[in-house]
Amino acid sequence: MSFPHDIAVLGAGVMGASTALFLARGGMDCALVDRAGICREASGVNAGTLTLNMTRAALIPYALKGWAMWTDPGPWLGSDPGVTATDGLSLAFTDQEVALLEARAEARRARGADIRLLDGAAARRIEPGLSERVLKAAHCPMDGHVTAYLTGRAYRQALVDAGATLYEAMEVTDIHRRDGLFHLETPDGPLRARRLVLASGVWLETMLGWLGVDIPIKTLVNQLIITERLPPVMRGVISVANGLLSLKQFANGTVLIGGGWQGHGDRDSRDTALIPDNLIGNVRLARHAIPALGGTRVVRAWAGFEAETADALPLVGPVPGVPDAHVIGSIHSGYTSGPYFGKLLAQQLLGETPELPLDDFHPARLLPARSTVSEVSP
Amino acid sequence: MTEPDLLILGAGPAGICAALAAREAGLETVVVDANPAPGGQVYRAAPASFRIHDHNPDRRNGERLRTALAGSGAVVASGHTVWSVGRDLRVDAVGPDGPVHWRPRALVVAAGTSERVVPFPGWTLPGVMGLAAATILLKSQAMLPGRRTVVAGCGPLLAAVAHGILKAGGEVAAVVDLASRRDWAVRLPALAARPGDLARGLGWRLRTTLARVPWRYRHGVRRAMREGDALTVEIGPVDGDGAPLDGPTTTLRADALVVGHGLTPATEVLRLLGARHEYRREAGGWVPVLDADQRTSVAGLYAAGDGCGVMGAAAAQQAGWLAGFTAARDLGRLAPDRYRLWTAPHRHRLARMRRAGRAMAGLLALRPGQVAAIPADTVVCRCEEITRTEIEAALACGVRDVNTLKSWTRCGMGPCQGRMCGETVAALVATRAGSRERAGIWTARVPLRPVDLAALTGEYEYADIGIPEAAPL
Repeated sequence: MSFPHDIAVLGAGVMGASTALFLARGGMDCALVDRAGICREASGVNAGTLTLNMTRAALIPYALKGWAMWTDPGPWLGSDPGVTATDGLSLAFTDQEVALLEARAEARRARGADIRLLDGAAARRIEPGLSERVLKAAHCPMDGHVTAYLTGRAYRQALVDAGATLYEAMEVTDIHRRDGLFHLETPDGPLRARRLVLASGVWLETMLGWLGVDIPIKTLVNQLIITERLPPVMRGVISVANGLLSLKQFANGTVLIGGGWQGHGDRDSRDTALIPDNLIGNVRLARHAIPALGGTRVVRAWAGFEAETADALPLVGPVPGVPDAHVIGSIHSGYTSGPYFGKLLAQQLLGETPELPLDDFHPARLLPARSTVSEVSP
Repeated sequence: MTEPDLLILGAGPAGICAALAAREAGLETVVVDANPAPGGQVYRAAPASFRIHDHNPDRRNGERLRTALAGSGAVVASGHTVWSVGRDLRVDAVGPDGPVHWRPRALVVAAGTSERVVPFPGWTLPGVMGLAAATILLKSQAMLPGRRTVVAGCGPLLAAVAHGILKAGGEVAAVVDLASRRDWAVRLPALAARPGDLARGLGWRLRTTLARVPWRYRHGVRRAMREGDALTVEIGPVDGDGAPLDGPTTTLRADALVVGHGLTPATEVLRLLGARHEYRREAGGWVPVLDADQRTSVAGLYAAGDGCGVMGAAAAQQAGWLAGFTAARDLGRLAPDRYRLWTAPHRHRLARMRRAGRAMAGLLALRPGQVAAIPADTVVCRCEEITRTEIEAALACGVRDVNTLKSWTRCGMGPCQGRMCGETVAALVATRAGSRERAGIWTARVPLRPVDLAALTGEYEYADIGIPEAAPL
């Protein structure tokens, strides 16, 4: 049996990979373990939107930092996973949506997001392909997107360069704590580490369960749709007041349509299936916003799992009642803020004070009311 | 009929016969197919406006099947592109009248195959097209691929296409065959089970000899180049695995090159529904695991024809009959004794034809040596213009499965949805992963074919969209 690692991060999505990257750079002997490869689940298949228009108000300060990291990836990630910084517009088509848009923009502005309301004509000056039916739009100059399917490649190289030990295609089936060490059980034998970070997305509930901690994690099954390449029809990121659309055109001409329309999915079997009516609804909303999309073809659609806590706020910090175990996940709009939360957790684990506080995201808030820390045993 | 007992995907020989069987058992049956008329590839119908003078056996068989289908009482939805099939067997399509869907109780997939072309320099040039693609031109439009054509690749289509070109008044510069004389000779005994097809194939071969068309055995295309309207095709000797051998190369002058390296079963729908598959090189690639009655591993889902392993049109018809009867039996509409009686002759014929079909399929299997020899700067994924060098770079960075390769390089993300490059890419990944099983297969996605966005949405008002409730603030 090999020497135990200083720390093992379980789950190699953007949050786990970022945490591992900053831990390795901080001098820790860090193992990153995943059942598949780097960013092969949610982090490789999501819309890659870097937006404040869809970020929960409480997370705006973190998303601003995350946006700054993504849009200048060289210094921390080493290479560019297809990042584009651009304008963002959130649209309202009805009076009811105008009211919703105004309230939401105000809440986000109060937390530091530079979001201003425009009338339809002003919005079309920023985004000429926009529908005439837009009544108002919330404009944010800090928006953009990452090419999600390229992030794994960028992170993998950065992790290798930082000296992290990668265990890919390694499925962990259970975790035990013995003699002050975590034993991660795998078909190839146990992997041992002094400290542990769980970063396993929708599978956090199961893995926290292995440690005897009961925190429910809801699984969202978000559908995404991509078109063939077409001449430019839009330049920014488009969303709608209630958050149910994300729309962008990549440099190669393909247009990605998302926004959280739900598909079928089972996280235990990892099986997903699309709901055709939801695909049609999502495409209709996209075409309503950018009419020129009517002239293209849909080439591919898929679904990915998003993890959400009971209060839809992140789960970042120590695992209650289990010394040396930490968790990171369920960051709403996690792609924008994910790398920054990984950096903050790494700062905490390296004994530093995190740049921004993590207190509001402490997992203990999500324990069932009857449960107390003393009842929880590893 | 939006909730039929049975829906059949594909109106080729397997799909048509499955429909005939289902109708005999009294099932409400819908057949959905993308082409303008039933028949599939081998029995492809000419456009209705054409007058046909050439009544060859394929035309006669096709007309016989089309007539039987038309009189069977099955609903035939030609010209419909199926873009989604759900776990509940809901089938969504876009047709001439917009989006439609059905909810059948059982589903037979008879989706046929895709043509495989192993890349070589120049394979994406104008004037270069697939061997099976050329049969579509010849059969449905009576069009020649060029005035003077090089016919290259492997399998029985070589003779069929060369003969078709000669008969239509074209010139064949040469037939370039990856197989040897011996590869053909050892298969003749198995083909005796299909004496009519054998005689026809030998007739085609003889016709090329009489026309003094050079037939170059154990040769492959090294590269194609275009200068104005002229195409030069350099060919050279290969070994039994398709790898180039040292030896004299020949340059052929033509204006078209038709080239095909076999057929790959179209398993997208079956994989989308989670049916178990296995890799069988000789059958054309990944194929569904079927029981002796054409059931897949998924309840209510059946498969028949070349889409489950290449065996040819004759075997496909028998498998189609079997699939249709089995579906009827599982739906409780065919008594066990009757099922045994009705299926027995088809099982018997299927077993006989399977031998002949498999002998031919062996010639059509992917040759890994041919893939290994693809030059570094040759485009492998033509939609996204990804070269072998770019694929090798991703492999060197740690990629060990085809889906990660797709993400890292965009191979397979274009409008062909990975059909053109999938087999080549998987063979390249397999050299690092250790096997085709480890390299995996593209994850099946909807839409099953690219679909017009405007056709999907139809005409609608904002209020029709049905937007879900707001995300949390």
